[in-house]
Amino acid sequence: MNNPSERLILEAGRADRQYWLDLWRYRELFFILAWRDVAIRYKQTVIGLAWAFVRPFMTMVVFTVVFGKIARLPTEGTAPYAVLVFAGLLPWTLASSILNDASGSVTGNGQLVSKVYFPRLIIPLATVLVGLIDFGVSLIILAGVMAWYGVMPDWHILLLPAFVLLAVLVAIGPALWAAAMIVKYRDFRFVIPFAVQVGLYVSPVGFSAKIVPSEWLLLYSLNPMVGVIDGFRWAILGGESPLYLPGFALSLLVTAGMLWLGIHTFRSTERRFADLI
Amino acid sequence: MSDTVIRADKLGKSFIIGHNKFEHSAILGEALIRRARSILRKGGDMFRGRAVIEGDELEEFWALRDVDFEIKRGELVSIIGRNGAGKTTLLKILSRILEPTMGRVEIDGRVASLLEVGTGFHPELTGRENVFLNGAILGMTRREVQSKFDQIVDFSGVEKFLDTPVKRYSVGMYARLAFAVAAHLETDILFVDEVLAVGDSEFQKRCLDRMSEVANAGRTVLFVSHNLAAVTALTRRGIVLKEGRLIFDGPVEAAVAQYSASLSKGKVGRDWGRGRHSAIVAADLLDAHGTPTDIYEPGTLFQLRVEIETTDTLGVAVEVQLRDANNLPVGYYSSGIFSGMTLPAKPGRQTCTFSLRPLFLASGSYSFDLGTVSIASIADHHVPNAITFRVAACNPGGGTIDFHQDYGEGVIALQLDGSMSIDSKPLAAG
Repeated sequence: MNNPSERLILEAGRADRQYWLDLWRYRELFFILAWRDVAIRYKQTVIGLAWAFVRPFMTMVVFTVVFGKIARLPTEGTAPYAVLVFAGLLPWTLASSILNDASGSVTGNGQLVSKVYFPRLIIPLATVLVGLIDFGVSLIILAGVMAWYGVMPDWHILLLPAFVLLAVLVAIGPALWAAAMIVKYRDFRFVIPFAVQVGLYVSPVGFSAKIVPSEWLLLYSLNPMVGVIDGFRWAILGGESPLYLPGFALSLLVTAGMLWLGIHTFRSTERRFADLI
Repeated sequence: MSDTVIRADKLGKSFIIGHNKFEHSAILGEALIRRARSILRKGGDMFRGRAVIEGDELEEFWALRDVDFEIKRGELVSIIGRNGAGKTTLLKILSRILEPTMGRVEIDGRVASLLEVGTGFHPELTGRENVFLNGAILGMTRREVQSKFDQIVDFSGVEKFLDTPVKRYSVGMYARLAFAVAAHLETDILFVDEVLAVGDSEFQKRCLDRMSEVANAGRTVLFVSHNLAAVTALTRRGIVLKEGRLIFDGPVEAAVAQYSASLSKGKVGRDWGRGRHSAIVAADLLDAHGTPTDIYEPGTLFQLRVEIETTDTLGVAVEVQLRDANNLPVGYYSSGIFSGMTLPAKPGRQTCTFSLRPLFLASGSYSFDLGTVSIASIADHHVPNAITFRVAACNPGGGTIDFHQDYGEGVIALQLDGSMSIDSKPLAAG
């Protein structure tokens, strides 16, 4: 797999042409780091993997009661409020856990960074895989909740993977940026959890984006999670929850911009990680 | 075609380090002003995209400067030098962990570097799981690890505990397993940094044997060690670094000689001044072979050699004060008041060689202050931090934790005599 005649040149400020090739070569490390994070997560716990079910389920119950029953916010079409909440909670949990875990991942693996070379992008990317595994578990709960309420998805559900990918992309852009910034300025370690906490309330997780007045909707869509969550509801609830296309396009644009910024910042700081950690 | 696999050209690496100009400020106002100034400075640095560095004064420090060398395919080269000479920095640049500030390096071939054993070992994972994790981190494919798994386990000798989390391993088992994985790396070029500083002597011998196997298999090896015996046995060429510069490059025996000379000469050259009746002119900590060293293995004798110029004053005694990384006193010895020994009362150069009983010192750096006292314990010549050394790893009782000074639990690992007996009685009800 390695060609002995390849030549490596190390120099200050040199853009690494082999980087993306290296990233491919180290793909096994990517899976192994993700596996490590999953493997150690439930060690020395009593209920173990059940935590993956308990957390999202309880969150759904709380949100349904607070937003649906107490605040009496309207659902979309005839969908049960619990399904509406869960369809929003899924992408939110995926994106927020990626943002949380990936942003702290480089400093968290400081020991590796200062002792071994490998493309550093592998570290935050491995946390995506961990997030996706949790997401898979939540998807099973969603299927259960939908069966309980007798909600049947239609052909829209086939597009769900595209929105899962979008949720990952929305999170990974800021996460890469934050991961690089945290290496340099530990201040951001306090900023990210706060941003995630606020994000939960400014994103349409516990309620439908349709309750936002239409003149504000485009502005609201600057938050890329709006597009992702709307997309999920559209895919899961089918025709009950039509997509607001201009807003969705704007969300895509913001996501692309943040992704570029994230990769750019990460790549340009990466060479100095070992100096800074 | 040229057979050069590594070519370093004017290689340099600088770090910005911060100093605290004022140690403490008793006045609240002054402390607040300094805090505010520091926030402003750090904020400004962040605004300009610079890194945050603690301290009032910044200084550029060159860990490596203008280093040139070429290494040919199949060469076995050792890099020697004192602590802080830039050896590890050099290896880190070559293994792509650090980026050079100046100059360039060209490398042909697949590289693996071993800057410590067991990088990435996770305490909660089992030995088996850690072999795969560590292998992947070192750049092996899963298939490579799988095909060598039996060899690795065999080498480590921990097959009975493969499915036990490594947090339950003793230091020795942990080190053996970790080294076993690394020892089975197959790359054209291998960088090894002081991994032999861990483990017991039997294990170290095993590592050395394995290293020479690797070396004889025609691979290019760069080896950093304080173990001069190992350096001479394993490699044929030596590069000596001093304060970030390359001062010697040639046959390993000559390099070792140069390094040993620079160790003692460096100390004579540092002119410690003199007292009224005596002068300490050189001092070294020695290893088992009598070679100056700056590594101390916990639990072994401290062998010290101190050279003192004497006059015809009667009753001059030697004092030694051991200090930890914070320069706090740890222990004291005086040849006069503890052993009733004084130096001859005639002008001359006295070489005092003596051993102090073993201590289980925690990992980290230490120093010895040396002093002479004239009769009636009047201090004569005092040299603070005359000998500096460090302890690379400390764990007298087993377990995977390296007992370090930084833990704040003191600098001496206390040892159990025999085993602990536990007599348990149930608590009385109520």
